[in-house]
Amino acid sequence: MKRALAAVAGTIAGLAALLGYKSGPVKRAQLLAPSPTAPASPTAPASPTAPASPSVTGPSVTTPPSVPPSGGGDEGGGDNIGGDDGGGPIAPQPTAPPATTPPAMAAPATGGAGGGTRTVTGPDVPNRFGDVQVQVVMQGTRIVDVKPLQMPFDRQRSYEISQAAAPILRQEVLQAQGANIDLLSGATYTSQSYAQSVQAALDQARK
Amino acid sequence: MPNRVLHVMGMAVSIDIRADPPDLGTLEGAVARVGEWLEWVDGVFSTYKDGSDVSRIDRGELDVAGAAPEVAEVLALGERFRAATAGYFDVRAAGRLDPSGVVKGWAVERASALLAEAGFADHAVNAGGDIRARGRPEPGRRWRVGIAHPHVQGGLVAVAEVHEGAVATSGTAERGAHVVDPHTGRAALELASVTVVGAELVSTDVFATAALAMGAGAPAWLAGLEGYEAFVVGADMGTWQTPGFPLAP
Repeated sequence: MKRALAAVAGTIAGLAALLGYKSGPVKRAQLLAPSPTAPASPTAPASPTAPASPSVTGPSVTTPPSVPPSGGGDEGGGDNIGGDDGGGPIAPQPTAPPATTPPAMAAPATGGAGGGTRTVTGPDVPNRFGDVQVQVVMQGTRIVDVKPLQMPFDRQRSYEISQAAAPILRQEVLQAQGANIDLLSGATYTSQSYAQSVQAALDQARK
Repeated sequence: MPNRVLHVMGMAVSIDIRADPPDLGTLEGAVARVGEWLEWVDGVFSTYKDGSDVSRIDRGELDVAGAAPEVAEVLALGERFRAATAGYFDVRAAGRLDPSGVVKGWAVERASALLAEAGFADHAVNAGGDIRARGRPEPGRRWRVGIAHPHVQGGLVAVAEVHEGAVATSGTAERGAHVVDPHTGRAALELASVTVVGAELVSTDVFATAALAMGAGAPAWLAGLEGYEAFVVGADMGTWQTPGFPLAP
């Protein structure tokens, strides 16, 4: 049995963050405080904030953003959750201290093309493989493209990861937005730099 | 579309019942029975509770014969799957008795059966990302199951469509390397996640866990599993799937 309370909550929060799920004042409050950078190592505990586990049910998840999504960085599961590691009482999910300093604030928007399309640059978010920075192209409140400005390639391994990951990451962010799902399989994330950079870009875009 | 979330067995169990209109009295009764069932399972099988049958067996304080009869049933399942996975799934992989990898699917199967017996033919039970679905979410369409991206919070690697059946995902990113290759004792790191779709959750969940432990050998093994489809994400973020994997169009 997986100790996955926070995994589920974190996943939902993550979806909510990117999809603009209405999640009330708590999420709004988080918006005001920049999320700390996600822990760089998959084995470092993140700090699940464990909202009240709203259901991941179809339309509500894919509603167009009506609330600015919050930063996703502090919502991932920790390493004590989500695994096939046996059942047990729900461990309290403390808000762990930030593993690193918060990311630099987003650079100012880099200007928009016509027709309501805007391009916003997210902050540089470090992770264990290097820094991740993205540029988000929006039409209104909808993401129409995500361009990686900076992906880690300081080491050969990181380079390989970047090469493969960038197109997938880009595609998936776009996909999740319109994916109309009833259920979510899989648990949570520890590498959140990309989502965080996208998120910060979105937050910046709404200012 | 009533949805209930139970916090039990150390995880959130989401119960999504589709009925129009739902008989709320019957529904709450069925959900309560599911909750009682899962609490009972936790009391007997939890590796976190010192007084559970499994913990006592592990410490040598209790014989399987003296435990709840379901323990022998579950351990027999574990043994069957150890053989079926060439040892990659092993309830003693971590060096102690931990049948959780079987128990979860087994408990969710029973929970889903309880809901069906109560008359809710269309429902899904999602236990920490591992799912048993029955019927349809709405007339004329299948359940759409997003497969979480192993690294990107809020991202998906694919969307599967299932009617009756189970979907289980096992990944290394969830909590570091929690799946160990029992043959080497080392963490399985070659794959980022494995999703398996099958008819019921016990074997489906076990096979996802075993395949993750297999690493590079997983696709060949998964391809040979009759009645199961799989979607694999490598540590390098490359993906592979069985030809019959039910990707949403």
